[in-house]
Amino acid sequence: MAQPFVKKDDDDEEAEYSPFLGIEKGAVLQEARVFNDPQLDPRRCSQVITKLLYLLNQGETFTKVEATEVFFAVTKLFQSRDIGLRRMVYLMIKELSPCADEVIIVTSSLMKDMNSKTDMYRANAIRVLCRITDGTLLTQIERYLKQAIVDKNPVVASAALVSGIHILQTNPEIVKRWSNEVQEAVQSRAALVQFHALALLHQIRQNDRLAVSKLVTSLTRGSVRSPLAQCLLIRYTSQVIHESASNSQTGERPFFDYLESCLRHKAEMVILEAARAITELNGVTSRELTPAITVLQLFLSSSKPVLRFAAIRTLNKVAMTHPMAVTNCNIDMESLISDQNRSIATLAITTLLKTGNESSVDRLMKQITNFMSDIADEFKIVVVEAIRSLCLKFPLKYRSLMNFLSNILREEGGFEYKKAIIDSIVILIRDIPEAKESGLLHLCEFIEDCEFTYLSTQILHFLGIEGPKTSDPSKYIRYIYNRVHLENATVRASAVSTMAKFGAKVESLKPRIFVLLRRCLLDSDDEVRDRATLYLNTLGGHGSEVETDENMNEFLFGSLEVPLVNLETSLKNYEPSDESFDINSVPKEIKSQPLAEKKAPGKKPATGLAAPPSGPATTVDAYERLLSSIAEFSSFGKLFKSSAPVELTEAGTEYTVNVVKHIFDRHVVFQYNCTNTIPEVLLENVAVIVDSSDAEEFSEVASKPLPSLPYDSPGQTFVAFEKPDGVTAIGKFSNILKFIVKEVDPSTGEAEEDGVEDEYQLEDLEVVAADYILKVGVSNFRNAWESMGADYERVDEYGLGPRENLTEAVNAVINLLGMQPCEGTEVVPSNSRSHSCLLSGVYIGNVKVLVRLSFGIDGQRDVAMKLAVRSEDESVSDAIHEIVASG
Amino acid sequence: MELCPSVKNVLLLDSEGNRVAAKYYCDDWPTNSAKEAFEKAVFTKTQKTNARTEAEIAMIENNVVVYKFVQSLHFFVTGGEDENELILATVLQGFCDAVGLLLSTCSRGHVDRREALENLDLILMCLDEIVDGGIILETDPNVIAGKVASQSVDAGGPLSEQTISQALATAREHLTRSLLN
Repeated sequence: MAQPFVKKDDDDEEAEYSPFLGIEKGAVLQEARVFNDPQLDPRRCSQVITKLLYLLNQGETFTKVEATEVFFAVTKLFQSRDIGLRRMVYLMIKELSPCADEVIIVTSSLMKDMNSKTDMYRANAIRVLCRITDGTLLTQIERYLKQAIVDKNPVVASAALVSGIHILQTNPEIVKRWSNEVQEAVQSRAALVQFHALALLHQIRQNDRLAVSKLVTSLTRGSVRSPLAQCLLIRYTSQVIHESASNSQTGERPFFDYLESCLRHKAEMVILEAARAITELNGVTSRELTPAITVLQLFLSSSKPVLRFAAIRTLNKVAMTHPMAVTNCNIDMESLISDQNRSIATLAITTLLKTGNESSVDRLMKQITNFMSDIADEFKIVVVEAIRSLCLKFPLKYRSLMNFLSNILREEGGFEYKKAIIDSIVILIRDIPEAKESGLLHLCEFIEDCEFTYLSTQILHFLGIEGPKTSDPSKYIRYIYNRVHLENATVRASAVSTMAKFGAKVESLKPRIFVLLRRCLLDSDDEVRDRATLYLNTLGGHGSEVETDENMNEFLFGSLEVPLVNLETSLKNYEPSDESFDINSVPKEIKSQPLAEKKAPGKKPATGLAAPPSGPATTVDAYERLLSSIAEFSSFGKLFKSSAPVELTEAGTEYTVNVVKHIFDRHVVFQYNCTNTIPEVLLENVAVIVDSSDAEEFSEVASKPLPSLPYDSPGQTFVAFEKPDGVTAIGKFSNILKFIVKEVDPSTGEAEEDGVEDEYQLEDLEVVAADYILKVGVSNFRNAWESMGADYERVDEYGLGPRENLTEAVNAVINLLGMQPCEGTEVVPSNSRSHSCLLSGVYIGNVKVLVRLSFGIDGQRDVAMKLAVRSEDESVSDAIHEIVASG
Repeated sequence: MELCPSVKNVLLLDSEGNRVAAKYYCDDWPTNSAKEAFEKAVFTKTQKTNARTEAEIAMIENNVVVYKFVQSLHFFVTGGEDENELILATVLQGFCDAVGLLLSTCSRGHVDRREALENLDLILMCLDEIVDGGIILETDPNVIAGKVASQSVDAGGPLSEQTISQALATAREHLTRSLLN
């Protein structure tokens, strides 16, 4: 690692030469012994330090012992008066970041340097000492630091100020005492001192809004000279504007004049900072935008790529919200399409696609076509996505845009790029009916020569859904059947399914489809043969009994209602018997995490356990089997939901217990999973005594104790409650674990005869409303919402009080309701002030429920929520509101 | 919210992408292999561009990277996604020109990988004078080079009486001798 050049020693010697060739850590550490010589040779010492720094810089690490040794050796070098060597010593100490008791060794040397006459010593000693020191030492040197801040040498002042910024993170109370000196430094004539002082002053006062506002007010009157400090001031100003905006919505925006005047500053960085600040103002008006856009437009034709990039990047953001404001720059942006820097060109194109009007689309597309051939895939994807949104904006232009997409589809490109194009075409087909036929044909042509199996199967699937609905479905058959000849098994199988869909939907094509499907019966792959046989049978191709249309459609086009993971586990658990596998028995609930019991697999078979020796249950249907095997619970009916295990003990206690809540229509069963973690004892007659006095609607009907609980083999005890039917009874239960303890002889493993009765307090357990709702997602929320109808819709508004942010509010409601968030709406974009969240679930009694939540947050962080519920049952819609109202 | 402009790293690579000197000021790349991976990404993405007359710019892993090439040396300065590009460019310019100034006076006039390695102490001091823990310390190349040069001579005479170029000449002699020993 330390010798990056060694491996290429055969190459050109001059180019490969390095003074560090063949350098080795061990040897350099040996060399460091020269630091201990009584007669120091500064040059030689500098040289060794450089080597050490080289090693560290190349990623080499020193062990603790090595670092300590080097550190102590380096401290000896303070004896030398050589400036260059001292500078290297400073660097080395910073790199070694010594620990507290080592710091003490160098403190006095550094403090001496801090008071030296040489400015370089002072500045560097301050930076080093502040870097390595902790709070205790700070009070000793505080006096010197305060002096240094107002030192007439700008290097010393900057060193102290920057160190102050770093120390503020760990010891704010000390740095806050320097306010006066820092304030004085803000007035410094040295540009960077002013910058550092302003940064520190703001950080000292950042939590005091009034003070920040005062600071901004006084400084914007024009005493700041340094461009960097000016940039800082612009940032502080826009922060003040942002915070005051919610209070005074009337009249002129405060400080806008200042921002505007910065657009005329002579330093480009200040102009850019100001222009960006203006474009990012909340609710910026087009009048306010104009001057900022004008300076950015000038930047677009700068000779400096960095400036062009900065300008186009800012304009690109503006175009998302105010496309009209940017149109003036269109001509300048068009010339950037041929920019050498591809990032600039791509940003220019995507901005143009946002600002362009309908008439300019064709011209633009022509320019982009030339550009596309010489940019990397990552940029092409950005362009494709921009074109997709442009097409949705101007549906009339679909022809040229679709042509463009199909042209680039034919060119070379990687998977991600092709996928982006396919996705765009599919979206256009869905949203623009006129584009369907041409789009489908483009896709057909693409699969004729597609190297990506994934894309081919996706397209075939899509063709099966959309193709039969077109005016002339037969023209697609050729493309699809060609796949059966030319592709791998996965694509062939997918083509077979697609053909079957055409057969099912288009009666006139059926006989021809049968011919094609029969040919597939001799395919070399069994999946392809199986599918062909299956479809021939369902569609009646074998002259066998034809299923009803509805069943067939459901079979071919319906979506799988159960999550695939659950289906997989159920199929694995299924034991071949007379009873055939029932898909309805597959739980529909999405398990977000594996059950905690997986952590404690039964190492030994649980002896003397009445419950089935299947060990820990891992899925909901395993729970169901477990419960139905217990006579007392077999009459409870179908299990509705099992909760995730709730821990009732803390980790590391003698007995660990968690509970799973099983909800039935009229009963609730608590399954206590107990583990005995003490090798010397055996527990017998283990039961949980439940006090349900805080849960009035529940009455205990059965309890099933655990006869014996040996060391480290988990066992279960159950308690069952009855509750009113159809009521989502909630309540709190307190639990005590009761058992008989018997000591075990470690040598024989035999338990003693006599035991002692004992109790163990467990934590409380709650049954909450979310326990009565299953997390069941829907794939298309809008469709589900529309088809549910508004008959039992209930809408109401709630105030959720002050919250940290919207994410917290959204999560709280989701957890309260225990429903499945749909379409990723549980994620709140950062800093957004409003959010919509879609939830779906199944309420006890198998009633589907859909919920639409709209959140808004105001300046005081108060969150308001609108809740709209649709369900198949009026009382369920009301119940959801009740949950929220009482939660 | 962090309002102070900050630099995430400053890199100096050779024309093959090997690290000559690098300084990281944030925890985005915690391990040396993460750092090397970032340097490789930066190097390959910028390799083919012509960043010789004017500094260039690219977005890499959601960071703004400004860069400039001088002979066989590739200079990079990285900042956060929302950082003012021109501030980063100023830092880059300071670094690039200061190194150029130091190398062209302290060595045989070449600004290349070999000279950079032979004068690595100057370059490390240079980095130390430009950014301190992510905060910009100085951006004027003359001031940076002057500080580094004045520090690398013996405290023989009062500094104010020496011009920078004199100082640099002494430094050059001092360093080439010491490193080639």
